[in-house]
Amino acid sequence: MTATTFRRTAGDRGFDLAVHVIVVVAFVVTLYPFLYVVSMSLSETDAVLRDEVWLLPKGLQIDAYRAVLMDDRIWRSYYNTIWYTSVGTLFNLVFTVMAAYPLSKRKFFARNFFMVAIMVTFLFQGGIIPTFIIVARLGLYGSRWALVFPALISVYYLVICRTFFQQLPEDLFESARLEGAEEWRIVWKIVLPLSQPIVAVLALFYGIQHWNSFFPALLYLPDADLHPIQIYLRRVVVMSRLETLLQHADTGDFEEGVLAMIKVKYAVIVVAIAPIVMLYPFLQRYFVKGVMIGALKG
Amino acid sequence: MSAQPTTTEAKRALTGAKPSLLSLIRRDRAWIIMMILPLLYFALFRYLPLYGMVIAFKDYSVGRGIWGSEWVGLKWFLQFFNSFYFWRLVRNTFLISFYMLLFGFPVPILFALCLNEVRSVGFRRTVQTVSYLPYFISVVVVVGMMVNFVSINGGIINVIIARLGGTPVNFMNEVGWFRPMYVLSEIWQDFGFGSIIYLAAIAGIDEELYDAAEVDGCSRWQRIRYVTLPGISATIIILLILRSGRMFTVGFEKILLMYSGLTYEVADVISTYVYRRGILSGEYSFGAAVGLFDSVINVAFLLLFNHIARKLSDTSLW
Repeated sequence: MTATTFRRTAGDRGFDLAVHVIVVVAFVVTLYPFLYVVSMSLSETDAVLRDEVWLLPKGLQIDAYRAVLMDDRIWRSYYNTIWYTSVGTLFNLVFTVMAAYPLSKRKFFARNFFMVAIMVTFLFQGGIIPTFIIVARLGLYGSRWALVFPALISVYYLVICRTFFQQLPEDLFESARLEGAEEWRIVWKIVLPLSQPIVAVLALFYGIQHWNSFFPALLYLPDADLHPIQIYLRRVVVMSRLETLLQHADTGDFEEGVLAMIKVKYAVIVVAIAPIVMLYPFLQRYFVKGVMIGALKG
Repeated sequence: MSAQPTTTEAKRALTGAKPSLLSLIRRDRAWIIMMILPLLYFALFRYLPLYGMVIAFKDYSVGRGIWGSEWVGLKWFLQFFNSFYFWRLVRNTFLISFYMLLFGFPVPILFALCLNEVRSVGFRRTVQTVSYLPYFISVVVVVGMMVNFVSINGGIINVIIARLGGTPVNFMNEVGWFRPMYVLSEIWQDFGFGSIIYLAAIAGIDEELYDAAEVDGCSRWQRIRYVTLPGISATIIILLILRSGRMFTVGFEKILLMYSGLTYEVADVISTYVYRRGILSGEYSFGAAVGLFDSVINVAFLLLFNHIARKLSDTSLW
């Protein structure tokens, strides 16, 4: 379609306008909440209390961030989330690849049997209660590993990974085998380097899931010292329990303290989503790729 | 694992005998060893809970274990079906899911169609990139932002209502607002990401069709109506059918974060009820029975709609 040869009628202009209005509205609606949260968290308390903040920060006062960063709890949760995300994702990747590689081999005699056995678990799941009981019986209740082991392999990502491995030329492996290379070595030296895009996509999928996950922690971790950032967020931002935070904030009278809480909450949100937003430009390229791989399916 | 056939294998190939299981295991042992840990995972964390579902038919006590607990037949199921909550839970689960389908499904399509009509590549890219962002934000943050935006203490929505001369509304506690807020926030979070697949489908449409439409003097609207929409209709239909298969699946975590005793009436769904009764009140067997009922319905819907998808086209989940 070349724009020059395009005849523009009045109807087309109206159409054009409508399309742009819709797109701009979608853009603003998506971005505005983020901008508002940041602006509120940075504005002067007086401006916040007088409902003067609409778009950009009114004045600049970082006391909300001081209160947030002085709270030991948030540091603890942050550390925990980084632990769950890095350890969890590493285990996810290792296990997914270890399952996907043999299942990608057409010559593997048990391939179909295992594949069916695994697909069954995609369709039929034990549900919350039986899973909870089993995880508890395995001694994982109250342990960090309860956020790692129960969700080691996602069947969906396993299938994506296997499909990718199947497309790698078998000749490559045959010649390596003739030279006496073991399967583990082949995976490490040949398969993984060739599969970098898919491994990156899986790492991001799994990683974001760990970063954003809150329910398993709610279920398995009664000890607040092990709570991830999402549980902290739930307590402070959704349930408005700010005791540990307010002791550090300069909130004169009580009334003002209650109203200033909203600023502190927004600061907590900013701190919690900052890593994702900063990594985002890099992430979204891979994610779009991931969606397309998923859509093609095996 | 050697690439060359051993002498026994060669002999078998000549005689046409089937290799024994043992020899196959020996041949593929490296792959089997590699799969041991993943298989152990599936056995422990995927199959054992399936076995654990038997507690729905038992009176589970922690002391006596899954197997040792007493059988009670359909007691919990009957108790659930006859309870006051049964229809309320089914209704809420179905309605929330149905509203998501009704209002949430068309938005990414509309967005993709509009975005495709934007000619400035830079603007299009920017909007597209920004529109995916909410998808990566956790449900806790999304609910957290919403709760504070609509808060009666200085939430921006109520500030606007007050400025316009209205009376502030305590949205989170209003029965009538729960579902709209659930659906709207869900759309906000997912529409951009959901549009990716439609944009890809649009990109796959033959350019010549557009050229032909232009020669025929089609208006912009007519090009969408007669070229773009038919071009992505297969994608739309398949996604619609597969989405319908999840008719009884709702974003349970989000409801858990949003609801309260004041809104249970419209917000409580089967899965949140399972969590409250099963985990919080420790009625494991009753919770497991309700959960099993939920799974059966979900699987039935999924299979049904997957079957329909396969009948109508070659696309299905498996």
